[in-house]
Amino acid sequence: MRILAQGEGGIVVELGDTIDDQVNARVHALAAAVRARLGGLGLEVVPSYRSLLVLHDPVETPRAGLVRRLRALAGNLGDTPATVPGRVVRLPVCYGGPLGPDLDEVATLTGMTAGAVVALHAAPIYRVHLLGFTPGFPYLGGLDPALNVPRLEVPRSRIPAGSVAIGGGQTGVYPVESPGGWRLVGRTPLRLFDPRRSRPFLLAAGDGLRFVAIDREAFEAAARRVEAGDGTLELEP
Amino acid sequence: MITVVKAGLLASVQDLGRPGFRDSGMPLAGAMDRYALAIANLLVGNEPGAAAVELTMLGGTWRFEADALAAVTGADMAGTLDGAPVGPWSSFRARAGSQLTFKPAARGVRAYLAVRGGIDVPLVLGSRSTYTRAGVGGLDGRALVTGDRLQVGPAQGRAPKPWALPAGAVPPCGGGATLRVLLGPQDDRFTAEGIATFLSSGYRVTPQNDRMGYRLEGPPVAMRDAPDIITDPLVPGAVQVPGNGQPIVMGADAHTTGGYVKIATVIGPDLRLLAQARPGDLLRFARTTQAAAVKAVRAERAGLAALARRIANTARRR
Repeated sequence: MRILAQGEGGIVVELGDTIDDQVNARVHALAAAVRARLGGLGLEVVPSYRSLLVLHDPVETPRAGLVRRLRALAGNLGDTPATVPGRVVRLPVCYGGPLGPDLDEVATLTGMTAGAVVALHAAPIYRVHLLGFTPGFPYLGGLDPALNVPRLEVPRSRIPAGSVAIGGGQTGVYPVESPGGWRLVGRTPLRLFDPRRSRPFLLAAGDGLRFVAIDREAFEAAARRVEAGDGTLELEP
Repeated sequence: MITVVKAGLLASVQDLGRPGFRDSGMPLAGAMDRYALAIANLLVGNEPGAAAVELTMLGGTWRFEADALAAVTGADMAGTLDGAPVGPWSSFRARAGSQLTFKPAARGVRAYLAVRGGIDVPLVLGSRSTYTRAGVGGLDGRALVTGDRLQVGPAQGRAPKPWALPAGAVPPCGGGATLRVLLGPQDDRFTAEGIATFLSSGYRVTPQNDRMGYRLEGPPVAMRDAPDIITDPLVPGAVQVPGNGQPIVMGADAHTTGGYVKIATVIGPDLRLLAQARPGDLLRFARTTQAAAVKAVRAERAGLAALARRIANTARRR
């Protein structure tokens, strides 16, 4: 464990130096412990792959005392189960066609059929290692190495919200329209970020995520429901 | 209500930002120069974090549709109200129908136009700040354009009298600055020479600067190995160094995570100096300590509290 400073009001607790489920699960366990045990201090925590940023008021909550308490919490994490996320969100995805314009190229690059790419992409329970880049954007762990394709040479300047993409050994979902260099294989009708909902963010860091292939008709039906304000989550126990 | 007669270069509604959702990837956003925003609000009797308009370089033209108490702080854009000069760092009464016109900023970059009652746009996740990249907050999630109309919120407490900050209390604005930094979190990824270069050289602000970050140009900062790290948390003020060794200082709209090594972090009270730096300005970095940084935060808060008392006294004397 390393404790580092990020400005006068930021403490970074680094719990490892790799991207893996075990280290990341410890980060989320520490985040939960900080929220539960130090909730009265007005802290904000930002989990990432292998570290937790703890933001504090440096006048009201002096650094030295807070570092001692964080060190103690991190020391008491014990063995955190790595592979069992608290909940699994099922995200319906319409693969290929105009909603996933790069699916065929990904198939060519990997030497598979498009159907095999979809099957492989929709198989695992991914782990949301962190949310970043844009509001609600999940960095996912668990992509099959066979789907490791290079990023686009020229990034797109506008990627539609809901796009599901693969690039550089990673996969993710674009919650808002944004630029990006990953290859688009499909689109979800659900909104990962909608500030008008009581729960603005569909995913939380630490969640499990499973992609469920749906056809265009089901996509349009779900998109209409979402448009009408039905943001219901589909959860697996 | 205030009408945007001419939007200028980039104007957006900002308050002190949107904390509490950075674990979901939502940037802090909010005013780039939080100190100037706070003073603009205090001058009109608002809470320091009320929503105001952040103006950039070219302030544009604004029409007050109702009588208002307004204030302008930050970069001096030589504002005139129906032709009469409006001092920078001062508040003034504006009659219904009067027009406030700005010239390009001579020094500095960002000015703040506050109005008593605050700019009334919907709260989104607890803030009125505009974060344009995700279309969140402000007026429809975007920068203001000519023809927009801004509602003004209800005023609270007693209205202060129009007042100008004493010359001695006006902070320096633009023309280069030294930013105090705390080293880390990845200073161990740089060579001793690299850190010495960073702390002893001047870095020019390039045209590649916006609310998200400032790309600087100067002697390259040497690092031990590759500039990529495992994506980890990022804050406004973080100094990232990509492979070319040229520092990037993150602004209010910084992503919550980033993948370049961070040599240091600019302390909060000095971020206003970054906000007022324009292309060509020379920035330097001076190493400070946690104790000195906390002292600077305390001093800034005490200064704002003292100012709030002085301004409140103008209301009582009436």
